[in-house]
Amino acid sequence: MIAFAIRRIFQSIIVLLVVGLVAFAMFNFVGDPVDSMLGQERTDADVERVRTQLGLDKPFPVQYYRFLEGAIQGNFGISYRQGRPVSEMIAERLPATLELAFVSAFLAIIFGVTLGIFTAIYKKGWAANIIMTLSLIGVSLPTFLIGILLIYLFAVELSWLPSFGRGEVVDLGWWRTGFLTKSGLLAIILPAITLGLYQMTLIMRLVRSEMLEVLRQDYIRFARARGLKDRSIYFRHALKNTLVPVITVTGMQLGSIIAFAIITETVFQWPGVGLLFINSIRFVDIPVMAAYLMLISLMFVTINFIVDMLYFAIDPRVRLEKRGDEK
Amino acid sequence: MFTKIIENFQRARNSDFLYSFTKSPVAIISFFISLALILGAIFAPFIAPHDPFNPATLNLMNGFSAPMQPNEFTGEIFWLGTDDQGRDVFSTILFGMRISLFVGFAAVAFAMVLGVTLGLIAGYVGGWIDAAIMRIADVQLTFPGILVAMLIFGIVKGFTPIEQRDEMAIWVLIIAIGLSEWVQFARVVRGATLVEKNKEYVQAARLNGRSSTGIMLSHILPNVLGPVLVIATISLALAIIAEATLSFLGVGAPPTQPSLGTLIRIGQGFLFSGEWWIILFPALTLLMLALSVNLLGDWLRDVLNPKLR
Amino acid sequence: MSENILDVIDLSVEIPTRHNILKPVDGLNFNIKRGEILGVVGESGAGKSMAGNAIIGLLERPAHIADGEIWLNKKRIDNLPAESMRKIRGKEIGMIFQDPLTSLNPLLPIGEQLTETIIEHLKISKKEALDRAITLLEEVRIPAATQRINAYPHQFSGGMRQRVVIALALAAEPSLVIADEPTTALDVSVQAQIISVLKKICKERGTAIMLITHDMGVIAESADRVAVMYSGQIVEIGKTYNIIKKPRHPYTVGLMGSIPALKGDNERLVQIPGSMPRLNNIPPGCSFHPRCEKAFEPCYNKRPLLSKIGDSKVACWLYDEGYKNG
Repeated sequence: MIAFAIRRIFQSIIVLLVVGLVAFAMFNFVGDPVDSMLGQERTDADVERVRTQLGLDKPFPVQYYRFLEGAIQGNFGISYRQGRPVSEMIAERLPATLELAFVSAFLAIIFGVTLGIFTAIYKKGWAANIIMTLSLIGVSLPTFLIGILLIYLFAVELSWLPSFGRGEVVDLGWWRTGFLTKSGLLAIILPAITLGLYQMTLIMRLVRSEMLEVLRQDYIRFARARGLKDRSIYFRHALKNTLVPVITVTGMQLGSIIAFAIITETVFQWPGVGLLFINSIRFVDIPVMAAYLMLISLMFVTINFIVDMLYFAIDPRVRLEKRGDEK
Repeated sequence: MFTKIIENFQRARNSDFLYSFTKSPVAIISFFISLALILGAIFAPFIAPHDPFNPATLNLMNGFSAPMQPNEFTGEIFWLGTDDQGRDVFSTILFGMRISLFVGFAAVAFAMVLGVTLGLIAGYVGGWIDAAIMRIADVQLTFPGILVAMLIFGIVKGFTPIEQRDEMAIWVLIIAIGLSEWVQFARVVRGATLVEKNKEYVQAARLNGRSSTGIMLSHILPNVLGPVLVIATISLALAIIAEATLSFLGVGAPPTQPSLGTLIRIGQGFLFSGEWWIILFPALTLLMLALSVNLLGDWLRDVLNPKLR
Repeated sequence: MSENILDVIDLSVEIPTRHNILKPVDGLNFNIKRGEILGVVGESGAGKSMAGNAIIGLLERPAHIADGEIWLNKKRIDNLPAESMRKIRGKEIGMIFQDPLTSLNPLLPIGEQLTETIIEHLKISKKEALDRAITLLEEVRIPAATQRINAYPHQFSGGMRQRVVIALALAAEPSLVIADEPTTALDVSVQAQIISVLKKICKERGTAIMLITHDMGVIAESADRVAVMYSGQIVEIGKTYNIIKKPRHPYTVGLMGSIPALKGDNERLVQIPGSMPRLNNIPPGCSFHPRCEKAFEPCYNKRPLLSKIGDSKVACWLYDEGYKNG
């Protein structure tokens, strides 16, 4: 187990180093950072000073090393557009994105798994058919259209929920949360549904197809032949076997939630890191883009790592094989 | 090689390809909707009642006309209404679809050429080149395609001179979306190449001192035709949605060359003031386009390659 | 005469398809007594497994019982509602499947799978169920049962797993066990052990066993009586010794001829020409007639019924008094 974990951590670090290289290359080769920082009126001395300040006079490996060193300490340089440290800009917006992603993931998993099991068990029923048809449309619907549709229904027509922003937030010092005020809670409903819907559909379809596959297995027929109750067959025997592949994909989906938050945040003007990123692309603000890339890679790698460990906990076959490996 | 392709098509025809098409209402409807939309986009200049990009034909007085109702100042009737500048929504949709479909098709073509080439190289050459290509593919697959596309869009945009950024936007989009979708093609082609590589005729050709590359190509390409077609169709749906999403986010097609996504972005501004038609019709068109291509891809996959699921 | 555990009367199973109705099981008649092993042999597709599934109520839609009756311990069970049938499965009828590698849930320890089945049917405490599970494992001769009760299926060999499967089938002491090709997926050396476990249980507990197999060797080794099936029907049924030594139906004769003898003259193995008809293309009359060397006039359009010939029952016009001499 420990050897397996260490191996995975090692692999994760390599992925991060590669992504870091990409981010660093962006810094160095996309546009001219000196140009971006100094603007039109400048002297040669200014250029030289900034070059030294940014370390651009050093050889490539040294520059990469210093970039990584900075990145580990959370130092990603200064935004070309706003002139503020990127780390500060990200830190103040990260809570908004994480809260949104958390609520969406929660909704997506709870409803995705439940509906997936339901449609697998009652695969011929009318309700399951309706859900499956809707989900097909759901997969084809671009996220931003879902968001606009929800805004139109619940904000414009019914005026029940706010259509943009985070509502009032409470500052806890290191974290600004929207969970503690009524307007904050109301404001998160539409964005969370928008962001979670697509993932929910995917999880649902996956759980359904895995469940149907498992229900065809011999051990399910054998369980029936032993006269076990349907409830036990579905939730004890089938669900556990369904979960193994589902966890892998769901883990990946959680990563995508953070990426897709970019779209939702734009639709709802949600003040998170996604909105920051999309603006950085629009204005080619390279330090922000690079920092976002590093941040999201770190999250992906962490999630993948957790998924691997969960996989380990659920499936005794993996567990014992790995233990065998270590001997 | 061409006879093999023709054979393959004949096999497909003799098998239940056409039969299952005529038996699947979903496939028929999707096919005709896709066809109608594509034809509409191609012949937009002839079908569109107005040219939305010719300022001479625009009349600001026509702004905000509701669908099917005579404008209060000019009395003109627009099927799907007009936007704030008096542009006919129906016409902008036709022209917007042109951009959307052009970007979609071009991006998929780019992804296909890139993916098939890299897949062949990886499978055939093997060794560290194979490892490198597949590693990149793996890392890329860890991230959602749309994020990869956004990032590439940002980077490529950084390379384009500032004054040309709007002009070049469409091409940057094509590169970004194309680069985000090559992996699936490469995987399938690599797999097929690995299978063929070990077959006896290739070994025999090699022993005879003949170039095995040509023979392999002529065997591999017909074999991967089915899966590549399926992936291409599904990628097209993805590319159309990706383009619309990027343009909606304001990092895609510029307002001077609006795609469906750009039109929806513009329309969102009028959602609260009651001019629902400016956003509804482009959104519906995008939906029909994405859905019909998607369903067509699903059906193709079931018919040609049940294993690909 | 000892009592009948199972009585099957005119059982037919039908599968409606778009074009026609298939009859994988067509008018089956047999019974199994207490402590008896009835072997059911035939080629794959003869309807053996389908008959087994029909008896335990596990036919998968659209297959269904179209005709006939099934009586278990003097109680009719073919028309019971789903919930009552579920209570009979495991409790009164146990089933053993072909492949022990796939019959056990890979994510649950075998002890849990056993106790869950026991508690479902016997309403005893968890502790008692665990004791019972260990006894069962010992009974099917799994060494160190107490230690291995919490092991997962993949930690056992194929033969051991099949023993676990047998223990599971016996968990609630059913009076009938349907064993569907219980040895087919196993090594030859393990097959004999599994057969001996089955025989032991049959004798010690008086369990009736319906042993479905295509392997005449297994039948010869274990069955008291044999039913030979061909395209959904029983063509011959009788004592094992009689069927093997004095086969009467031409199909049985062919089947026996295809078993290689271990000693004695090395005659060429007899092969039955042709293959069993597909379900959608069963010939009229005796369904074996296209492959039968002795086919004559009535075989082409009249279906023979099982009738008593000597100690066995045979469905063949060759033995019909009306035709025998004519």
